[in-house]
Amino acid sequence: MNENSEYILETRNLNLYYGNFLAVADVNIKIRRHQITAIIGPSGCGKSTLLRAFNRMNELVPTARTEGEILFNNENIYDPSIDPVEVRRRIGMVFQKPNPFPKSIYENIAWGLRINGFRGSKSELDDLVEKALRDAALWDEVKDKLDQSGLSLSGGQQQRLCIARTIAVRPEVILMDEPASALDPIATLRIEELMQELKKNYTIIIVTHNMQQAARVSDYTAMMMLRNHEDRSGTVIEFDRTEVIFTNPRDKRTQDYVTGRFG
Amino acid sequence: MTNRRILEQKTVLVIIFLFALVSVFTTFGIIGVLLQETILFFEQVSIVEFLTGTRWTPLFASKKFGVLPLVNGTVLVAAGAMVVALPLGLLAAIYMSEYASTRARSVLKPFLEILAGIPTVVYGYFALLFVTPILKSIFPQTQAFNALSASIVMGFMILPTVASVSEDALSAVPRSLREAAYALGATKAEVATQVVVPAALSGIAAAFILAISRAIGETMIVAIAAGQQPKMTLNPLESIETMTAYIVQVSLGDTPHQSIAYQTIFAVGMLLFLMTLVMNIISYFFTKRFREVYE
Ligand SMILES: Nc1ncnc2c1ncn2[C@@H]1O[C@H](COP(=O)(O)OP(=O)(O)OP(=O)(O)O)[C@@H](O)[C@H]1O
Ligand SMILES: [Mg+2]
Repeated sequence: MNENSEYILETRNLNLYYGNFLAVADVNIKIRRHQITAIIGPSGCGKSTLLRAFNRMNELVPTARTEGEILFNNENIYDPSIDPVEVRRRIGMVFQKPNPFPKSIYENIAWGLRINGFRGSKSELDDLVEKALRDAALWDEVKDKLDQSGLSLSGGQQQRLCIARTIAVRPEVILMDEPASALDPIATLRIEELMQELKKNYTIIIVTHNMQQAARVSDYTAMMMLRNHEDRSGTVIEFDRTEVIFTNPRDKRTQDYVTGRFG
Repeated sequence: MTNRRILEQKTVLVIIFLFALVSVFTTFGIIGVLLQETILFFEQVSIVEFLTGTRWTPLFASKKFGVLPLVNGTVLVAAGAMVVALPLGLLAAIYMSEYASTRARSVLKPFLEILAGIPTVVYGYFALLFVTPILKSIFPQTQAFNALSASIVMGFMILPTVASVSEDALSAVPRSLREAAYALGATKAEVATQVVVPAALSGIAAAFILAISRAIGETMIVAIAAGQQPKMTLNPLESIETMTAYIVQVSLGDTPHQSIAYQTIFAVGMLLFLMTLVMNIISYFFTKRFREVYE
């Protein structure tokens, strides 16, 4: 296992099903370490399904089934010997709608640390909570009201709290499913700036509907599309550096989509 | 054509409204009668004596009207029932909402509904003829009528209420919260006990209070199995009498209808009504708070 290789995640012949429906077919991509990879594509093409395969969240859907492999630091996370709980600890996730726990701001972060085996003193915990909030660019706004409910924050603050909660447990990868789609432009900008900061320590995969956002924030872009209209299975049709995808794509469908000519 | 349809709709509305009115009037009628008789009773017995006295002997020559022994019996049995129903009901709810496969749930749910559908008189005889002998073999001092067997069986009777109302509360916790917890590397048990249950707490509290109120009002089991001896005791192996059982005893007995002894049942009934009313109101507010958080 080489923790320093260029690629942190790699999918091999990945097929994702809901029951008999093949939602995402035959994906083979390699995700680079400490880079931001965007997944774009029209609604229903399987972006969220693919993203949720990376930390085995799909398994929470009873009908979901996975074929193929996802290598995380060269280890197949779908190997029967691997505990999905461990996978999710190392590959965190931020969701489309901010979903803080109905606990205090402090507890929102402390809880994840505790379930992941934190056994230190109160002051050590305080420090970790503060660090996570600082890293998520939220500390100054909440430092005087850590005991208030996480639900009392604004949408953008809630989303940064969710990011803080995720990075507090020090995952290696952060998956983000349209993390800014429920936020106003200013809050969105803050999240995007934050992503650039986080990139230094984390690998980020982000699903976004917003072409400009993908272009602004990501280093690599995976373009997803339905393979054909009979089976309605989505797949990655092109994967390259973001500027290539946006300025000089190989696939005509990518070109049409990124220039807004996609019907 | 349209006129006729409008007329039809109006008629239906009026009829439905009248039915709604019937239930409102019935409620007020019952409260009215209860209140009237209760006032008559308190013209002869001091309300302080009633609420603080520790001897209850209205059916004897030397009459004492302290209702506390009946309250004691009621609370003793209800508390015992809750000790059975709360943990089991909550565990069943957690199992059904967080662990059970769709198939397991489709088996368990009807089973709970059957449990809820058994007539309480059957529970009563079950307590008297089945549970009490078992208790006797364990604790020889157990009396033929006792609070404990009624408690245990009543606990099973209200278990479905606790389980199904709590399960509603647990299932109403948004999926997104569970996902948030799983995404942090939480195990199923951690998600269930540390995220879902706390998030559903006010709904679960509502279930508990509703269950307490059912336990307090439950009549048949205690009338059959718990005895007719109003007593200030905390020993569940003894024969006691609950408020409901007392009302049954007097209603079915030969106490003359105009006597003060007979009027006691309205005062006791009023107190019972107030106790369950308060419980239901508290439960209502918990449920409402819960809705406000998630809807
Ligand atoms: N839980 C589920 N059960 C069954 N089918 C599902 C489930 N979730 C998604 N699907 C189906 O899988 C396909 C891909 O869905 P997915 O949510 O991954 O798309 P998406 O690209 O994220 O779309 P959007 O941009 O609208 O979020 C769709 O056809 C969808 O209907
Ligand atoms: Mg999606």
